[in-house]
Amino acid sequence: MKRSRVPGRILQALVAVFLYAPILVLIVFSFNSDKSRTQFKGFTLDWYVSLFENQQVLSALYLSLVIAVLSALIATVIGTAAAIGLYSMKQRPRKMLLSLNNIPVVNPDIITGVALMMLFILCITFLRSLGVRAGLGFTTLLFAHVTFNIPYVILSVLPKLRQLSKHTYEAALDLGASPFAAYRRVIMPEIMPGITAGAMIAFTMSIDDFLISYFTTGTSVQTLPMVIYSMTRKRVSPEINALSTLMFVTVLALLIAINVLQARDQKKKEQRL
Amino acid sequence: MKKTIIIILALILLLAGCQGGALKRLEEDGFDFSYTIENTTGSTAVYVYNWGEYMNEDLNAAFEAVTGIKVHYDTFQTNEALRSKLITGGSNYDVIIPSDYMIGLLIEEGLLEELDFSNIPNFADIKPHLKNPAYDPGNRYSVPYMWGTVGIIYDTTRVSGPVDSWGVLFDERYTGQILMFDNARDTFGIALKLLGYSFNTENEDELLAAYELLARQKPLVQAYIMDQIFDKMEVGEAILAPYYAGDALLMMESNADLAFAVPKEGSNIFTDAFVIPKGAANKAAAEMYINFMCSFDAAMANVLELGYSTPLTHVYDALELDEEEYAISYPEDLSLFEPFLNMPHHIRELYDSLWIELLR
Amino acid sequence: MKRRGGWLAGPYVVWMVLFTVIPMMLVVYFAFTGEDGRLTAGNFARLLDYGAVFGRSLGLAAISTAVCLLIGYPLAYVLSRESEAVRKSAMLLIMLPMWVNMLLRTYAWMSILENTGLLNQLLSAVGLPTLRIINTSAAVAIGMVYNYLPFMILPVLTVMLKIDKPVIEAAQDLGGNQATVFKRVIFPLSLPGVLSGITMVFVPSVSTFIISRLLGGGKTLLLGDLIEMQFLGNTYNPHLGSSISLVMMIIVLISMALMNRFGEGEEEVVVL
Repeated sequence: MKRSRVPGRILQALVAVFLYAPILVLIVFSFNSDKSRTQFKGFTLDWYVSLFENQQVLSALYLSLVIAVLSALIATVIGTAAAIGLYSMKQRPRKMLLSLNNIPVVNPDIITGVALMMLFILCITFLRSLGVRAGLGFTTLLFAHVTFNIPYVILSVLPKLRQLSKHTYEAALDLGASPFAAYRRVIMPEIMPGITAGAMIAFTMSIDDFLISYFTTGTSVQTLPMVIYSMTRKRVSPEINALSTLMFVTVLALLIAINVLQARDQKKKEQRL
Repeated sequence: MKKTIIIILALILLLAGCQGGALKRLEEDGFDFSYTIENTTGSTAVYVYNWGEYMNEDLNAAFEAVTGIKVHYDTFQTNEALRSKLITGGSNYDVIIPSDYMIGLLIEEGLLEELDFSNIPNFADIKPHLKNPAYDPGNRYSVPYMWGTVGIIYDTTRVSGPVDSWGVLFDERYTGQILMFDNARDTFGIALKLLGYSFNTENEDELLAAYELLARQKPLVQAYIMDQIFDKMEVGEAILAPYYAGDALLMMESNADLAFAVPKEGSNIFTDAFVIPKGAANKAAAEMYINFMCSFDAAMANVLELGYSTPLTHVYDALELDEEEYAISYPEDLSLFEPFLNMPHHIRELYDSLWIELLR
Repeated sequence: MKRRGGWLAGPYVVWMVLFTVIPMMLVVYFAFTGEDGRLTAGNFARLLDYGAVFGRSLGLAAISTAVCLLIGYPLAYVLSRESEAVRKSAMLLIMLPMWVNMLLRTYAWMSILENTGLLNQLLSAVGLPTLRIINTSAAVAIGMVYNYLPFMILPVLTVMLKIDKPVIEAAQDLGGNQATVFKRVIFPLSLPGVLSGITMVFVPSVSTFIISRLLGGGKTLLLGDLIEMQFLGNTYNPHLGSSISLVMMIIVLISMALMNRFGEGEEEVVVL
C-alpha cells in the first residue's frame, strides 16, 4: 500500500522554515551596513571587525572554553570512577546513589543555579569572616559546571559497563592480572566510547549553559552566553549577529567534519569485512 | 578534532591581539592618552560595574594604556539589581556607579568604602553645587559621574497635539505604543508626579493611588524595559517613552522624527556617582580609575559620546553645544526637577510588593 | 564477578552531597525562614498573591507543550517512515540550530515578531493587516515552542524507530489498514517517547525566564522571572525566592511522576 508522501514533505518543509528562519535572519543581518535589525540597507563586514575588537566577547569566549574543558575533564574523571564504583555495588545502594545523580538532571536549571548560589554565598560569607578574600567567580563557576556535568558522564558510561561481558574481567584476574591492571587493560578500552561521549556532552553542556552560570559567577568572570545575554538587553549591535553567524558556521563545519569522518570509518570497516 | 581545537585556540589568541582600535579612535577625535601614569596601586586589574550604554568604552582601553591596569567592565540594568548583586556578597567589584538615592541606601547599609580623596585630585573640579550632596552628607563616599534629567521622548509624526504632561503616557489612543521603565522608583515616580505628589512621598495612600493609575495603564504599555528603550524608539517600534535627556539627544540625532519634552508636572533630576563597594580588593586602583575618568580628556570624550550632563567645571566650560543641546542637557530652570531620595525600609518594601503586583 | 571497587564512587558521592543535596536543603531552609531567621510559613502565604504568575507559567508551558506535540509527533512519524539517509540528515537539521546558543535564537525572534519586524513587513507587503505579537504571551509561547520543539521530536522519533518492523508488518498482514495499524500498534508503542517528550518540553518551559524577558517585554512575568527578581533582580528577597523555587520543584516532580505513571518505559536520556 503506497500513500502520498506529499503531506509529510510539506510538514518537514514547514518545520525546517520555522527552525531556520531565525538563524537565517541572524546571518543576513550580520552583513547589514545599518544598525537596524529589520531593515537591510547594504552589505558590510564591519560588524565582524568590531566583534574581534570587542575585548569583552573575546575574553568571555576564552573563559567559556577554559571552563568547558576543565569542567568536562574533572566531571569525566569523577563520573567515570563513579560509574565503575556504582557498577560494582549491589543493586540497592546503587539505586540509592544513582538517584543523587538525577537531582541536577531533573531540576530546572534555574533552581540548580539559585541553590548553588546560596551555598556559595554561605561559604563566601564564612571565609570572609575568617579574613579570607573570597567571592563568586572562576572557582564557583567551575564547581557549578562540574556539578551539572557529572550526571551526563555517568549516564553515558554506565550503559557501556552494563554491556561488558562479565567474564573478561575475571578471566584477566585468573590470568594473573592485578585488579588495577585488569581494570585498565580490560574494562577501560571497552567503556572508552562511553567516556569520550560523556566528556563531549559535558563540554557542550558547559559551553551552552547560561542559567546556572548566571547565578554562580560574580565579577566580570563572564562566559560567552552571559555576555550574549547582556548584549541582548542593550542597544542593538549587529556584532551579536556576527557572533551568531560565526558560531553557526563553526558548529556546521564541526558536524560536517564528524559526519565525513564517521562515513569514512564506516567505509573502512566495510572494506575490512 | 585535536587539530581543529588548536586552530581555534590559535585564532582566538591572534584576535585577542588587536585592540589598537580604541586608542586610535580617541586620537582621531583629538584626545591625547599617550602619557603614562605610574601604577603605584599594587593592583593589576580593576573591576568596574556601570549602567548599560553609559560610557565611551574606548576609555577603558585608554586607562589600560595609560596605567597598565586592566579594566574588567560589566554593566547592570537598574539600581535595584545592582544592590541585589552587592548584598548577596558574592561579587567583588571595585568601582560601581549607582544613582543618588541608591548611594544613600548603600551608605546606610554600610556597603560602601570611604574614598581616599588624596588619590582623586580631580575631584576639585566637580561643580560646587554637586559636592556634598544630600545622598552623601559630608561627601565621603562618592564622586559624581554624570547628572541628568528625565523627560518624554516621542515620535512627533505619530503623537498628535503638544506633549507637555506625563498624562500622554496614559492616553488610550497610544495603546501598545508606550514604553515604560523596568524599575519601581522611575515608574512609580511618573504616576506620583501626574497625581501631583512628591517622588519621595512616604504616604502609603499616595503610593497606592499611583499603583492604581499604573495598573490601569498597564494594558496600554508595550513593554517595561530599560536600555532597549533606546533602540525601540530609534526604529519606531514604539512612539512614547520616558527616558534620560542625555540619551534623548542621541536618539534624535539618528531619528529626526523624535522630540523630547519635560512634563509640566515636574520630573526627576539624578546624579550618578562613582563609589567603591565595601571590601573592594583594588581600592587604590579604583580611585586611580575614578580620577582618570574625571581628567579632562577622558571626561570630555565621555560626555561627547553620551550626551549626559557633566559635573566637571572645566569640561562644561569647554563644551560647545548648540542651543537645543544646552536646553535639554543643561536646563536653566531646575525648579521643575526633584531628585529621588533614599526611602525608609517599610516604604521600600511597599515599593517592591507593589512593583511585583503591577507586573504579575 | 567479584564486586569490588565501590569506593571509586566516593568522590562522586561527596561531590553530589556537597553540591546538590546541601544546596537543595538550603532552598528548603530559606523557604521556611524569614528575614529575621525565624521559622515561618509567611513566604508561602505571600505566594498566594502570585497565583496569576503561577497560572500564566503553567498555562503557557502547557500550551507550548501541546503545540510541540501537535507539530512534533506527526513529524516524528513521517521521519520514522523515511529512508535512513533522509532521516539522518533530517535529524541533523533538527539538532543543528540547538547548537547555536538559545539566547541568540530567541533574540532573532525579536527581529521577526516586532511591530516593525520582518513578519509584519512581509504581511504588509502582501497587503495583509499587521499583527501585534511582540511583548505578548503569544510571543513567549512561540519562543518556547521554537526552543523546545526538538526535545519533543527526538524522543518520539527514537521510540518509533525502536518499534519492530515485523510487528508493523504483521499487523498489516493481519489486514489492518494504515489508520488501524497506527491506532493499535504505533501509537501505543510510541507513548513512552511522547511522555518523555512532554516532560522535556514542559520542565524548561515552566522555569524559563529568558524567553519571557526577551519576547514578553517584562509584562508576561513567569515563575522564572519571579525567582530571578528575588535573587539578582529588582526586589531582593532570597527567602521568597526560595519558596517559589520549592513550589516550582514540586510542580516539576508532580508532572514527572504523572508522566512516569502513565509511561512504563525505561528511563532514557536522549543525548544530543
